Amino acid sequence: MNAILSKLNSSELLGGKKGVLGLAVLAAVIFILLPLGVDIFRLNLVGKYLTYAFVAVSLVLLWGNGGILSLGQGIFFGLGGYGMAMFMKLEASDPVSTKIQTTPGIPDFMDWNQLTELPWFWEPFNSLPLTIAAILIIPALFAYIIGFAMFKRRVGGVYFAIITQAIALILSILIVGQQGLTGGVNGITDLKTMLGWDTRTDSAKYILYYVNGILLFGCILLSRYILTSKFGMLLLAMRDKEERVRFSGYDVSDFKIFIFCVAAMISAIGGAMFTLQVGFMSPSFVGIVPSIEMVIFCAVGGRISLIGAVYGTLLVNYGKTFFSETYPELWLFLMGGLFMAVVMFFPNGLAGLWDQHARKLKFMKRFYDDTPEPERFEPTLSAAKDTAEAAVAKKEKPAKVANMKGAKA
Amino acid sequence: MSTFNRRSFMKASGALVGALLAVGVISTHALAADFPTAKVNTTGLAVTDTTVKVGILHSATGTMAISETGSIQAEKLAIEQINAMGGILGRKIEVIQEDGASDWPTFAEKSKKLLVKDKVAAVMGCWTSASRKAALPVFEKENGLLFYPTFYEGLEQSKNVFYTGQEATQQILAGLDWIAKEKKAKTFYLIGSDYIWPRTSMKIARKHIERNLKGTVVGEEYIALGDTQFGSVINKIKLKKPDVIYAAVVGGSNVAWFKQLNAAGLNSAKQTMLTISVTEDEVLGIGGENLAGFYSAMKYFQSQTNPENVKFVEAFKKRWGKDAVIGDVTQAAYLGPWLYKAAVERAGSFDVDKVQAALPGYVFKDAPEGPVTVEANHHLTTKLRVGKWRKDGQADVVYTSDYIKPDPFPKGYQ
Amino acid sequence: MFDYSMAEIGNIVVMQGFSGLSMFTVLLLMALGLAIIFGQMGVINMAHGEFMAIGAYTTVMISKLAANYGFVNYYFIFAILIAFMLAFAVGYFIEFIMIRHLYKRPLDTLLATWGLSLVMQQIFRSTFGAKEVSAELPEWMLGSFKPTPDIDIPINGVFVMFLAIIVTAGVYLFMYRSRWGLRVRATVQNRVMAGAVGINTAKVDRMTFALGCGIAGIAGAAFTTIASTGPTTGTLYIVDSFMVVVFGGAASLMGTIASAFGIAQAQSILQFFMTSSMGKVSTLLVIVGILMMKPEGLFASKLRK
Repeated sequence: MNAILSKLNSSELLGGKKGVLGLAVLAAVIFILLPLGVDIFRLNLVGKYLTYAFVAVSLVLLWGNGGILSLGQGIFFGLGGYGMAMFMKLEASDPVSTKIQTTPGIPDFMDWNQLTELPWFWEPFNSLPLTIAAILIIPALFAYIIGFAMFKRRVGGVYFAIITQAIALILSILIVGQQGLTGGVNGITDLKTMLGWDTRTDSAKYILYYVNGILLFGCILLSRYILTSKFGMLLLAMRDKEERVRFSGYDVSDFKIFIFCVAAMISAIGGAMFTLQVGFMSPSFVGIVPSIEMVIFCAVGGRISLIGAVYGTLLVNYGKTFFSETYPELWLFLMGGLFMAVVMFFPNGLAGLWDQHARKLKFMKRFYDDTPEPERFEPTLSAAKDTAEAAVAKKEKPAKVANMKGAKA
Repeated sequence: MSTFNRRSFMKASGALVGALLAVGVISTHALAADFPTAKVNTTGLAVTDTTVKVGILHSATGTMAISETGSIQAEKLAIEQINAMGGILGRKIEVIQEDGASDWPTFAEKSKKLLVKDKVAAVMGCWTSASRKAALPVFEKENGLLFYPTFYEGLEQSKNVFYTGQEATQQILAGLDWIAKEKKAKTFYLIGSDYIWPRTSMKIARKHIERNLKGTVVGEEYIALGDTQFGSVINKIKLKKPDVIYAAVVGGSNVAWFKQLNAAGLNSAKQTMLTISVTEDEVLGIGGENLAGFYSAMKYFQSQTNPENVKFVEAFKKRWGKDAVIGDVTQAAYLGPWLYKAAVERAGSFDVDKVQAALPGYVFKDAPEGPVTVEANHHLTTKLRVGKWRKDGQADVVYTSDYIKPDPFPKGYQ
Repeated sequence: MFDYSMAEIGNIVVMQGFSGLSMFTVLLLMALGLAIIFGQMGVINMAHGEFMAIGAYTTVMISKLAANYGFVNYYFIFAILIAFMLAFAVGYFIEFIMIRHLYKRPLDTLLATWGLSLVMQQIFRSTFGAKEVSAELPEWMLGSFKPTPDIDIPINGVFVMFLAIIVTAGVYLFMYRSRWGLRVRATVQNRVMAGAVGINTAKVDRMTFALGCGIAGIAGAAFTTIASTGPTTGTLYIVDSFMVVVFGGAASLMGTIASAFGIAQAQSILQFFMTSSMGKVSTLLVIVGILMMKPEGLFASKLRK
């Protein structure tokens, strides 16, 4: 506890002067500038984009700092979203408003599929506390199982990416196929209230937007805390030289499992907030395409910068909305081009560009003569690290091979 | 008045005659001046003295663009024709087109944009059930008006939506009756893609076959969306030897299904198949030679020879190219703007509530498919047609049913 | 199952066996190009499906020409050759402008090629329209071959099978019996050393990538006989292709063949006894399960890297 307090005092948790400035600017943008600058319709859109930012933040932890690329974050976003949707659907399906059904009191899609009673796994979602618990625990548990199976066997890099992708595909086929239980391809729709509170009114939209923003900040601070702790250092070390960390006596897989679970929970919170603000959840957020798109949000922002991830998400989604309204044909070219350009020319994304240029500005200088902080461990994409990463990708071989490789690198 | 001479008199009288003539032409349609904006638009929609804004909301990009393009074209054609006739209550339709990008939340988002920001008076749009389900709460909350063109599974009825396609029972029952009688079919094999529309349709079909036709369902099969391997499924069908395959396979799977079925020797000479998911649009991808001889149950076929349809097909090809094909949904999408025009004129107002109230009971006589009636449940009473596909990608209509009333919540079929 | 005579069951067993084999060759053809690119170079080409679409569209275009000039019966030979060359050329170009800058970042190739796939899809849509198209098949490829009156062997399946065998044999000869293959394998095993002994590794990479893309083009051409051609057709194949390659253990041609065979048989049998969609899910679950147990795939490369 003392350690935490002293951390707070030294403002290290917030990432030094520069970190404080960054957070303050982001807070000003999210909590003041946007609500004042745009109308409620656009603000609701921004709120929706910010729910994706949870996933982008989780990917900064997992991918940018941990070197683990998950192409299945949609799984956890979806699990969180479905958790909240199930709760709201049950509330919307009270016996009075569903009295025209064969079995009143169950969700409409169940009735159409001849279900006559609520499936057992829906029961806990009658209660809000249990729902919130489920939103956090189920994704973490799922991540634990996947992570345990994979990391303990030292599956990493490309293989992990492809397997998580396959799991995302399986889950979306299952949700679509089991429509009596899940609402199928249409998803769970027509969600109106939460504990009797109408979530569709303008005032509710404002409140949800702020709740969403505060939760996002909470997640960013939590991630900051993790990254600035000893654990964060280890994470970076693992990303850059996994074998050395392992030989130093650390159980690398446990750290990976832990960070994967944390990332899953953060994504799930985003999913739940998505359902609240958009009013439905569908399997199209669970599959491969959204999972990969969320990776690009993170990459555009700068894969190692928590704040950059938020800006990246906002920017890409704003671009998507703007261009698909104005030039629908051009949109895919732009999106595809953005993927390629970011990967090839700006691997550190917006945050990298900012860092490069901010240094040159006189008035920004004092923020940069600060104590070192994680983002300085930057040779992310240097050749040395890449050989290590490539080796991980190609699967670990017995120790002596790794030794040789270590020596070579 | 010294300048008043014979010449200027001629000019003036000419202008007068011209004006009279013009009035004569226009007065068959409504004049904007007869319907002051303050009267016909009391809820703040985007209706001015000369224009009315209408939204089109389909996927121009993404996986569904394949299917939705035809609907966009039909709706635009109808709107252009309406404008050429003078518009609605003397107001030209201004189209605001939005792209749903095959992404359901985008449909919700864009519907909201159209209704809240653009204040459109009506929206022609949505295609898949999922996109409609996503957009529906927005239409209900903002009290918008949606014309939805696709044949779909039913189980829905909203005061804010008019469904210009058929609901499941309209498409299924009469077709099954016909094939059972015509082919003396007793055994049926049901196959569909694995999502809500085929599953609901097959449920209704099974009930109807077992209870009313006294036939048997010898197999029921669902294919994962996008799967292209049908070897095992076809072998199962060969083992069961059904009299009729009843199919609702969609998308990329549909093409693979027909190609592989033919290659496995189950062509139309050997096997009767009735499908509810193949229109002229799909034929392009499947290839006429793979489809020839199989049957589709739809409410409309491009080859229909009634004068309304001949005119429609000609106009469509003139506007969108001679190779353009028109499927069932495309025709249903074409009805949307016309029904909206009629509704506004019956109501004498653009107000959503009045338009909603005015449309039921209207008979649209000039529909390409033949006269349709808007029912109180916001669906259309239509006929069902069975088409037998030819090699050139067109179908011969071999059966036309009586008028079938829409029944989106069919008792006894759920 | 007991309502059927022995003969009927026998016929079904024969046809089911064939459909398993047929699915095997389809998966093999899908995965071969990817196996070369991913296995030999460690590059994850998410645009693999779009290279197949290049082949498919080429075939459709040539079939249209053929219909006009009356050589419908043998246009397929040309289609396959041109599909190969076109996909090869595009692959060569893409390697030059994009992939070669990313060899040290395998995860990033995944994102960049995903972007590439989006761009290619939009190019297809802008050029050929959003609707699906089909190639008119020559007469001899339609219908089935009947050894007995009750057994149908799809001719297009046989065609794909032959093509897969020829392409596999070609790849085998190229990789293991030619000087080029020797260079490719040398580069894979030890890039620095290969460079030191005078192999132009950059050129080898480019040829390897282009070859993988070219084979995807052939696969795309062949698949016009059994499935659809549209702007987003490629996305139907990409996950299956990756599963085959990963399951087989990258960098091993034998592994890819064995895994395609295993997955095809499992899926084909499961789909016979369950509904098709459950069969597919079960197969994927089994693969993911096995991969979690044995992440290096069935046939891990014995090479030390």
